[in-house]
Amino acid sequence: MNSVANTLADPTPGGDALPAKLRIKNLKFFYGATLALKGIDLNLYDKHVTAFIGPSGCGKSTLLRVLNRMYDLYPNQRAEGQVLLDGDNLLDPRLDINLLRARVGMVFQKPTPFPMTIYENIAFGIRLYEKLPKSEMDGRVETALKGAALWNEVKDKLHTSGLGLSGGQQQRLCIARTVAIKPEVILFDEPCSALDPISTAKVEELIDELSATYTIAIVTHNMQQAARVSDYTAFMYLGELIEFGPTNAIFTSPKNQRTQEYITGRFG
Amino acid sequence: MDAKYARRRHTNTVAMTLCWGAALFGISWLAFILVALLWNGVAGLNIAVFTEVTPGPGSTGGGLLNAIVGSLIMTTIGVAIGTPIGMLAGTYMAEYGRYAKLTKVVRFINDILLSAPSIIIGLFIYEAVVVPLGHFSALAGSLALAVIVIPVVVRTTEDMLLLVPNTLREASIALGMPRAYMIMRVAYSAARAGIVTGVLLAIARASGETAPLLFTALSSPFLSLDLGKEMANLPVIINNFAGSPYENWRQLAWTGALLITLAVLTLSVGARVLTRQGAQK
Ligand SMILES: Nc1ncnc2c1ncn2[C@@H]1O[C@H](COP(=O)(O)OP(=O)(O)OP(=O)(O)O)[C@@H](O)[C@H]1O
Ligand SMILES: [Mg+2]
Repeated sequence: MNSVANTLADPTPGGDALPAKLRIKNLKFFYGATLALKGIDLNLYDKHVTAFIGPSGCGKSTLLRVLNRMYDLYPNQRAEGQVLLDGDNLLDPRLDINLLRARVGMVFQKPTPFPMTIYENIAFGIRLYEKLPKSEMDGRVETALKGAALWNEVKDKLHTSGLGLSGGQQQRLCIARTVAIKPEVILFDEPCSALDPISTAKVEELIDELSATYTIAIVTHNMQQAARVSDYTAFMYLGELIEFGPTNAIFTSPKNQRTQEYITGRFG
Repeated sequence: MDAKYARRRHTNTVAMTLCWGAALFGISWLAFILVALLWNGVAGLNIAVFTEVTPGPGSTGGGLLNAIVGSLIMTTIGVAIGTPIGMLAGTYMAEYGRYAKLTKVVRFINDILLSAPSIIIGLFIYEAVVVPLGHFSALAGSLALAVIVIPVVVRTTEDMLLLVPNTLREASIALGMPRAYMIMRVAYSAARAGIVTGVLLAIARASGETAPLLFTALSSPFLSLDLGKEMANLPVIINNFAGSPYENWRQLAWTGALLITLAVLTLSVGARVLTRQGAQK
C-alpha cells in the first residue's frame, strides 16, 4: 500500500501535482455483508483519462457505480468513506442525487438506447435540465451526435427508433446522450466489449477527444486499450487498489509484481 | 440397436396420435360452440337489436339497446376505475417495492383475487355497496367490474415492468432522471405493449362476467343512463332470456352472446397483435 501513497503524492514523472477532480478516500463498499471494496484511495485528475484494470470480480464496476451512486437503487448495498467531487462528498445522503448524476455521467457495457427515436434519445436528457426552443434543441442534438461521431450516419433518420441502430452506433448514441447534458465526469464501464474493432476504434478516438473537456474513468479488460486511451492506470485486485500511476509507467515498469503478472497476461 | 430404434419410433407415433387426439377433442368442442353461436346468433342479427330495448314478457320483437349501452357504460367505468389502481399497484411492486415484504403479500393476495370466482366478488360488492345504499345500481355493477379488472392489470403491469431490463433503468437514472420520471417515460414506454395487452384482456374478462352484475346492477327493461339505478347489461340479459319460454327472448340471448363473443375475440386478437409487435421491437 505504501507504493500507492507515493504514486499519489507524485503522480506525474515530471512531478507537477495535477488538480484532482475526484478524490476517493478510504472507500469501502458492501454487498450485504460482503466487502467488495476494501478501502480505496485514489484521485481522478481533471481532464485526464484514468483506466481501471484488473481480473474479473476485482471490483472495477463496483467502484464506478459508487462514483454516481448507482448502487442507491438497490437495498443492501452501501458505501463507506469519502468521494469528493470538487470538494463535495458524493456519499453524503443529503446531496441531491439527481444533480450529482447530471455531473457524473455513465456509459455502460451494453448499449442501452431508450425505446424512442434517435432524436428523442438525446433531447430527452437535455429536457431534464433545460427548456429549449425547438430550433435550439435541434442544434444541441446535432452537436451531441457530431460529438459522438454519429451525425453522418443518422442525420437522415433522426426520427426513427434508436433501437434500429447497430450495436456500435447504439453505443455512440449513448455517449452522445451522456455528453449532451454536459457532465463534468464520464464513467465508462467496458464500453467496447460488445463492439467490433472498427466501432471500438471510433469509441476510443471519441474518448480521446472527450478527455480535452471531461474527466474520464474507463474500465477495460483490454490492455492495449488501456494503454492507448488512458493517462493514468489503476490496477485492482480482490477489492483493493494494488497500483496506480501514469499509464506508461504502469505498463513499462510496474512496481508491484501482481501488476506485472497481470499486464503481461500471466494471470487474470 | 435397430429393435430399440423401432420401438422408440413406435412409442413416438403412439404419443403423437394421443396428443393430436386430445387437441382435436378440445378444439372440436370449441368449434362446435362457436358454430352453434354463429348459427343461432346471426339469425337474430338485425337493426332492431341495436335500436330497440329489450321486449317485455309476451311482446314480440325488441332489441338489446339498453343492455348494450349498459354493458358499455359499466365496463368503461369499471375499467376506468380498475386500470389506474391496478397500474399503480403493479408499478409499486415492480419498481419501488421490488424487494419489499409488502410486495410479496400484495402479490399473494392479488393472485387469490385473480382466481377468485366472480360470484364472490358480486356478493362482496352486494354486501359492501348495495346493502348500505338499499338498492341495486349501475355504480355497484361498475365497482364489481373494477374489482375484476384490478388483479389482471396488477399482474400484467408487474410482469411487464419486470421484463424491462435493469440496464435501461440504470441508464436513465445515470442521466440524473428522477425515478418517477424514469418509470413514466422509459419503463412504461418499454413495457407499453404488454401493459395495454393486459388492460385489453381485463376488459375482455370484465365484459363477459354475469355473476358480479347479477347482485349489483341487476337489470332493467329500460334504456337508463342513471348510475344510481339498476342498469341492463348483456350478461344478465342473456342469463335471464336464455331459459325463458319466449321465442324472441331466447333469440335475443343468442344474439347477445354472439355480440359479447365477437367483442372479446376482437380484444384478444388485438392484444395478440400488440404483444407480437412488442416482442419484435
Ligand atoms: N449485486 C451484487 N451482489 C452481490 N455481490 C456482488 C454484486 N455485484 C458484484 N458483486 C461482487 O462484488 C465483487 C466485485 O464485482 P464487480 O462487478 O465490481 O467486478 P468487476 O471488476 O467489474 O468484474 P468484471 O471485470 O467481471 O466486470 C465480485 O466479487 C462480485 O461477485
Ligand atoms: Mg464489471
